[in-house]
Amino acid sequence: MTTTTPTPQTLNAPVRGRRSPLASVGLHLTLIVASVIAVFPVLWVLLTSLKPAKFATTTDFFRETTFENYTNLLNDTPFLTWFGNSLLVAGLTTVLGVFVSATTGYAVSRFRFPGKRGLMWTLLVTQMFPVAVLIVPIYNIMATMGLLNQPAGLVITYLTIAVPFCAWMMKGFFDTIPREIDESGYVDGLTPFGTFWRLILPLAKPGIAVTAFYSFITAWGEVAYASAFMVGDENLTLAGGLQKFVNQYGAQWGPMSAASVLIAVPAALVFLFAQRHLVTGMSAGAVKG
Amino acid sequence: MAVDTPSQSVVKTAGDSVARGRSRGTGSHRGASKRSLSTHWYAWAMVAPVTIVIAVIIGYPLVRGIYLSLTDANERNVARSIGVNQIPASYEFVGLDNYTDAITGGQFLGTLGWTVVWTVSCVSLTFALGLGLANILNRRIAGRSAYRLMLILPWAVPGFVSVFAWRFLYNQDNGLLNKVLAGGGIDAVPWLNDPTWAKLSVIATNVWLGVPFMMVALLGGLQSIPGELYEAAEMDGASAWQRFRHITMPGLRSVSTTVVLLSTIWTFNMFPVIFLLTRGGPGEATQILVTQAYKFSFEVSPRDFAQSSTWGVLILVLLMVFAAFYQRVLRKQGEVW
Repeated sequence: MTTTTPTPQTLNAPVRGRRSPLASVGLHLTLIVASVIAVFPVLWVLLTSLKPAKFATTTDFFRETTFENYTNLLNDTPFLTWFGNSLLVAGLTTVLGVFVSATTGYAVSRFRFPGKRGLMWTLLVTQMFPVAVLIVPIYNIMATMGLLNQPAGLVITYLTIAVPFCAWMMKGFFDTIPREIDESGYVDGLTPFGTFWRLILPLAKPGIAVTAFYSFITAWGEVAYASAFMVGDENLTLAGGLQKFVNQYGAQWGPMSAASVLIAVPAALVFLFAQRHLVTGMSAGAVKG
Repeated sequence: MAVDTPSQSVVKTAGDSVARGRSRGTGSHRGASKRSLSTHWYAWAMVAPVTIVIAVIIGYPLVRGIYLSLTDANERNVARSIGVNQIPASYEFVGLDNYTDAITGGQFLGTLGWTVVWTVSCVSLTFALGLGLANILNRRIAGRSAYRLMLILPWAVPGFVSVFAWRFLYNQDNGLLNKVLAGGGIDAVPWLNDPTWAKLSVIATNVWLGVPFMMVALLGGLQSIPGELYEAAEMDGASAWQRFRHITMPGLRSVSTTVVLLSTIWTFNMFPVIFLLTRGGPGEATQILVTQAYKFSFEVSPRDFAQSSTWGVLILVLLMVFAAFYQRVLRKQGEVW
């Protein structure tokens, strides 16, 4: 930039904020169209779930609003059991995933140790492994360890999916926290782990929010492993349970949409909790990633 | 004690451990090598859980998968138990036969072709849309956080729920899309039942799912570009396009390279969208490599583990070659990553 002549400060400030009304309308229109496309499919499912099952496929937005789809779902199917199983699996995955990826990310961000580069590469390459090649051998391992049909088996498997990405993100996030803070911890006689736990982790909230969000969504929405590992009505998670549902109800959109709405609720809650931090957390992670 | 030495060195120098004086509360005067060992010990302890889990859950299955791809294993000849009888495995080592079959046969190459088309179109569309939206959201605009909340929504909804939502919209007889078209006097479109339409439909769904991630990542990148750069450029009379071309694009470089790489890998292996939306149909029109490999080991009879593993290993090789190539190109352009 060749600003040889010093320009008065007052000149440059308003320039960027200025926008013609036409441009503003254009921007808002674009955003509105995009938002409608983003929200509509989900909204449509919500509206459908509130119609009586026999009107599920009408184009009306509202038709004799009722909760019968929900009451049928909760009373006549093991939906709540599946829901509980999913909640357990996703909750454990989130807690463990956040903890493990935070420690890994911190170690990679702060220490130089033999095997670091290899670890970083492994974490990236892990993303490339196709489910299809892993699923049968993992199934066998789980069978050998007696973890089939156990939430623990699924949790461990999900950790292998979620943690590599999360560890990269956390590393990027920790990179943005000044090292002077670590040093002050050492000066006060804290161990590296103590420094991490008491000083750095509380500062990494946005990163943790993103990691938690990602782990939860991964575990909550995973289909392939869930349907392969869990059998028997009482052990299924939602993904597996819904597969059964599809067979049982065929094209019954009413109950299916009620189930979908209930499934989306916990994810939406986690999302609301995390969304404030998403951009900050992701930017640190991805920029440095 | 060396506690007061600036311990930047904790990061910079593992070998030069003399400068590092974390006393860990003991204040002992241990040898330099021991202290370096203790640093490594901490680092290793912190990464150990991940390493162990990955080694067991990914490492072993991978080795096993590669081994299976060199055999003729299928449902009928693997070790299994019928009642109380244990039947030992009777499959044989066949060398690279599976690979030659896959590469010379038409099916693998055909599926690969579509997988590449699918990946390229999904990633480029998601990136373009994500970039556009991130740019708009990065401006001062009324209701920005409300827009952002709505635009991220597809990411927050579990995959199988959104895929269900789309199936519902796409449904040929009862879906909303066709009903709306019928309202305008247009014939029903076989969204998921015609090979070409099905391909477009799965791509559309996946783009819908993928844009929020791109948008959030790029928005973060945009926010890290200092505003002064734009102001300076504006004073120099740079047009909006020039500012975008010469400030925004370079500023987003490192975010973009990371998210494009990740998103390429994820899309290439995007199992749930294809599996839940079309199951690879109609025919095998939308089958990508991963779903086809899954089909070999779970849906055909007898279940063909060997072929499934072969395809899986080929997927892995393709992606690793891609990542290595990608990184090399970046490095040539001066990007160290």
